[in-house]
Amino acid sequence: MSTVENAVKAPANVKLPIYMDDHATTPMDPRVLEAMIPYFTSKFGNAASRNHSFGWEAEQGVEHAREQVAKLIGATAKEIIFTSGATESNNLAIKGIAEMYRERGNHIITQVTEHKAVLDTCKRLEKHGYRITYLPVKADGLIDIEDLKRAIDDKTILVSIMFANNEIGVIQPVAEIGKICHQHNVIFHTDAVQAVGKIPVDVNAMNIDCLSLTGHKIYGPKGCGALYVRRRNPRVQISAQIDGGGHERGMRSGTLNVPSIVGLGKACEIAGEEMAAEAERLGKLRDKLKAKLEAKLDYVHVNGSMEHRLPANLNVSFVYVEGESLLMGINDVAVSSGSACTSASLEPSYVLKALGLGDDVAHSSIRFGLGRFNTEAEVDYVADKVIDVVQKLRELSPLYEMVKEGIDISKIEWQAH
Amino acid sequence: MAYSDKVIDHYNNPRNVGQMDKSQSEVGTGLVGAPECGDVMRLQIRVNPETQVIEEAKFKTFGCGSAIASSSLATEWVKGKTIGEAMQIKNTDIVKELALPPVKIHCSVLAEDAIRAAIGDWKKKNGVTEAVEVAASV
Repeated sequence: MSTVENAVKAPANVKLPIYMDDHATTPMDPRVLEAMIPYFTSKFGNAASRNHSFGWEAEQGVEHAREQVAKLIGATAKEIIFTSGATESNNLAIKGIAEMYRERGNHIITQVTEHKAVLDTCKRLEKHGYRITYLPVKADGLIDIEDLKRAIDDKTILVSIMFANNEIGVIQPVAEIGKICHQHNVIFHTDAVQAVGKIPVDVNAMNIDCLSLTGHKIYGPKGCGALYVRRRNPRVQISAQIDGGGHERGMRSGTLNVPSIVGLGKACEIAGEEMAAEAERLGKLRDKLKAKLEAKLDYVHVNGSMEHRLPANLNVSFVYVEGESLLMGINDVAVSSGSACTSASLEPSYVLKALGLGDDVAHSSIRFGLGRFNTEAEVDYVADKVIDVVQKLRELSPLYEMVKEGIDISKIEWQAH
Repeated sequence: MAYSDKVIDHYNNPRNVGQMDKSQSEVGTGLVGAPECGDVMRLQIRVNPETQVIEEAKFKTFGCGSAIASSSLATEWVKGKTIGEAMQIKNTDIVKELALPPVKIHCSVLAEDAIRAAIGDWKKKNGVTEAVEVAASV
């Protein structure tokens, strides 16, 4: 009996384990770390200290970073508020707008494949008397613009639709959404964590009013993000959710995390300079990975639109192979699965289910997230390894055997447990 | 999640993978679980009609590593046992042997179900009543 593991050997130029889970987080770029280091030791001042050089130095670092962040998304520095990350940015935007515009209306529109930081924030608002519309997505993962138009009513104050999805990498028609929101005088917030630094984002061209981003998805530090809040046409106001010393123009109190903010700024600067070339390189590698897998394996199902997708994302289901068992076989490659067995909740991915996929296909999904430091040799090795393990697990799979014998497994009366 | 060495061993070297002709009278087939739940096990046994000893066992499993290991172990354990003895295998024995964490206990339950389903199928085919079980466990 052949063994499941270790049949495919890594060549000398591939160092194991391989990280290919960049939607979860990214390794820090050494250039970012280099920019941060002085702010831990010699430039350690509190950016709010107005009366000595330590404070001024720290403040300069922060203001430079603010400009770097703003530039990447076409905003002005004054429109950037630093936060602890995208979860906080999403909470601040949605709750802050809901509170500020409560007299104008209580209706918020979002969609079903948002990150939990948006969905659970909306759920909490529902308990406080807000009305939330969760738009469905089509099989390709995109919302239907007509659904959005129909959902907007005279009580709608906010539309929060993500830029690109963290599981399937599908890019929503953000510019169109922004245009519709502005036509209806509704604020448009987008969770752009996966998009910023990966694809062009322009808050003015796309009519975005509020935008969440974070450092650790763009080769910057964890625990540091930002919220863009539009100041003109229209001016958006938000109620602070954290009270205190009035930092960040009163919108987010708390001593600024200067080293990380400097790192976030540097990460944005690098992304702005290298994004185009990087997207092209990673897009080619992603396409190569997909082509290799599809050439050697049958029943490979791509989850979500390939056309409207981040260049470095691939989310595929190797049908009739359970995701966690596949991860176990490729244990020197770090990727994610939408399988229930890999989640704390023991539920398969709600994003994949929202595409209308059966739970069995969701259980079989693997998310590859390529990044700045992945090489072609790594992609080749990962493809070979996945092919080998999928083939072996399919030898073990009663479902694959039945399908190959022409049995329609959807007609079997399974005993759900 | 960290897997026990025994789970990893069964995963890497699954025992008794395959299928037997389920139309044969001495073969009992148990197919349990559901694709939408993320695990399906098929366990088959070949029973000696004279001695009621399970002489051969085969499995195929769609599921996580723990599900694969539980069913692989089940085939090892039922081989050489009589029908009655095999009915005594409990999921808790499997949990203990493979050191399964709480979230994986359902894998062992499914393996126990698969053993019982295979035996049930064989009994049905061979018109064996519960008396056999009593006789075998004496």
